[in-house]
Amino acid sequence: MTEWKDHLLMTDELKLYHTMYRIRRFEETVLEEFKRGVFSGTTHTYIGEEADAAGVIPALQEQDIIVTNHRCHGHFLAYGGEMRPLFAELMGKATGVCGGRGGSQHLHWRNLYSNGVQGGIVPIAAGMALAEKHKGSHAIALVFIGDGTLGQGVVYETLNMASLWKLPLLIVVENNHIAQTTPTTAVVAGLIPARFEAFGIQATELDSSDVMEIAPAAKKIEEEIRMSECPQALILNTVRFGPHSKGDDTRPQAEMEELKGARDPLKISAARLKAAEIEAVHRQVEAEVHQAFDQALADPFPAAEAAL
Amino acid sequence: MNRTVLDSLNDGLLAALKKNDDVLLLGEDILDPYGGAFKATRGCSTAFPERVITTPISEAGLGGLCAGLALRGQRPVLEIMFGDFTTLLADQLINHISKFRWMYNNSVSLPLVVRTPMGGRRGYGPTHSQTLEKFYLGVPGLTVAAPLAFEEAAGGLLERVICETNDPVLFIENKLQYLLPLHTAADQNEFIQEKIYSAADSDHRFPTYRFRIKGAPAAAVTLTAYGYMAELAQQAQLKLAYDYEIFTELIAPTRLAPFDVSAVVDSVRQSGKLLSVEEGSLTLGWGAEVLARTAEAHSGVEVQRLAALDRPVPASPALEKAVLPQVEDIIDRVRKMV
Repeated sequence: MTEWKDHLLMTDELKLYHTMYRIRRFEETVLEEFKRGVFSGTTHTYIGEEADAAGVIPALQEQDIIVTNHRCHGHFLAYGGEMRPLFAELMGKATGVCGGRGGSQHLHWRNLYSNGVQGGIVPIAAGMALAEKHKGSHAIALVFIGDGTLGQGVVYETLNMASLWKLPLLIVVENNHIAQTTPTTAVVAGLIPARFEAFGIQATELDSSDVMEIAPAAKKIEEEIRMSECPQALILNTVRFGPHSKGDDTRPQAEMEELKGARDPLKISAARLKAAEIEAVHRQVEAEVHQAFDQALADPFPAAEAAL
Repeated sequence: MNRTVLDSLNDGLLAALKKNDDVLLLGEDILDPYGGAFKATRGCSTAFPERVITTPISEAGLGGLCAGLALRGQRPVLEIMFGDFTTLLADQLINHISKFRWMYNNSVSLPLVVRTPMGGRRGYGPTHSQTLEKFYLGVPGLTVAAPLAFEEAAGGLLERVICETNDPVLFIENKLQYLLPLHTAADQNEFIQEKIYSAADSDHRFPTYRFRIKGAPAAAVTLTAYGYMAELAQQAQLKLAYDYEIFTELIAPTRLAPFDVSAVVDSVRQSGKLLSVEEGSLTLGWGAEVLARTAEAHSGVEVQRLAALDRPVPASPALEKAVLPQVEDIIDRVRKMV
């Protein structure tokens, strides 16, 4: 876990860099170690998209809710989740976030919930927003979806209800332009913001991997939703550097190299930070990753009775 | 005037709303003065306008919305106008609602009720007459309940399910059962009626009823049925006794999943014969599971199933009657078994 004392001494951008680097190194470790058979099942990594989670999540308040999807590690880590229980969950260990029952895409910790089926989480987030509105808690609910999820009809049922009932809901579309292996252009007609606007939901679109561009925009929207109790959408155009899952990337390597050069959120931020600061963050995160991974590896598997 | 099952269910909803401020009713066309397609929610929006919400025709979205409400401490009750439309929220029931508590390692609860009327015999045709609950009976984490025409097994059951259970419940009503007068001790004087609770139901929320003909010798056949079919089975019991001197015992559960077969097994130990009766189509139905479990627990039992034909439910009354099991069909089956 982050040393918060150190953290407080960081500048805003360095904090966000730290969050992004934690995600990057966690995910890289997952992909590397998957090959060695340390993890079981499947995984969907967030490499390249770190600026979204790091930009959108820190401005949330304690009572706010995050509902996320199959690609949820970055959201969990940006929310303050520890690496050890996340590694352990991916390994199926008893110390995992959900005791090994859920695995990579089924997490619940504090006010973060994830599920691995596309679309269905959107009305769930809306229901949470309605519950909080009914309770008068002033919490907002934030749901992360991808461009591929725009194919699910239940999303549009939810947009209708969220607008109709003025629910404090933020729908964040992380458009990485690829749904598993299918380019978005092959499966999404029309304009993405227009989908929201048709239901009277204000949509903001950014095309940036710069966390310092995403963070203030997200903060403003979150504050507006809290005040107005009306839903909004934030469409974040981003790039997924890794495969959909473990080894299923069919995109040309040259294209990917070009994107990694131009759209790496870590490189974009690092260019503005001091080398010594970055080095300190790297050292801290490397130590965190190694310690968490080793601990999770040594942690026990659940007893068979834990399935009952 | 006789109170009906519908009156009782309506009272159950009102009582739940009154008892707990976290209870919310959602559904299509449920507001007064209409009060729902079958009138189960009449009066609710007048008494509790803030907590009764009329919705768009969005079953899948509503299933998810209720899951979110329940995960954040509310007690949503969702009416699905026709049971046939539950397929639209199957993803929510199977991949979300029933999974969350277990898959999140028991760190959440989901006090959520989806109520819906199944059943035919009203000529509504293939997509408004089905009995589909069999598709939801094998979903771990999903409780499926069905009322009977007794106060505490109709509105009482519904109120307990809404206010007391912390796991999702699919509550299967029936269109013709709505119209039944509630049974009272007086009109049940031909039966000895006993209530049995499963050992797993320590809070006594889901009674199973056992009906025997008063003064009759030991039962020759055990019948088991739930919901409206339990009513038809009771009618068959009387005719079998008076017209044919064949005595039977009926086991009628109110919880179909998770299912405890022990009351059926106890009865079969004595009768040796079991007939399951259901309005859903035969193949892979409720009866198949009940018979299999009974046979596993008591070898040598003679088993028969009566169910709807494996066909869509026709609109024409003449055809519908041929597809759905009738009282006469129960009588014929039992006569062949003895």
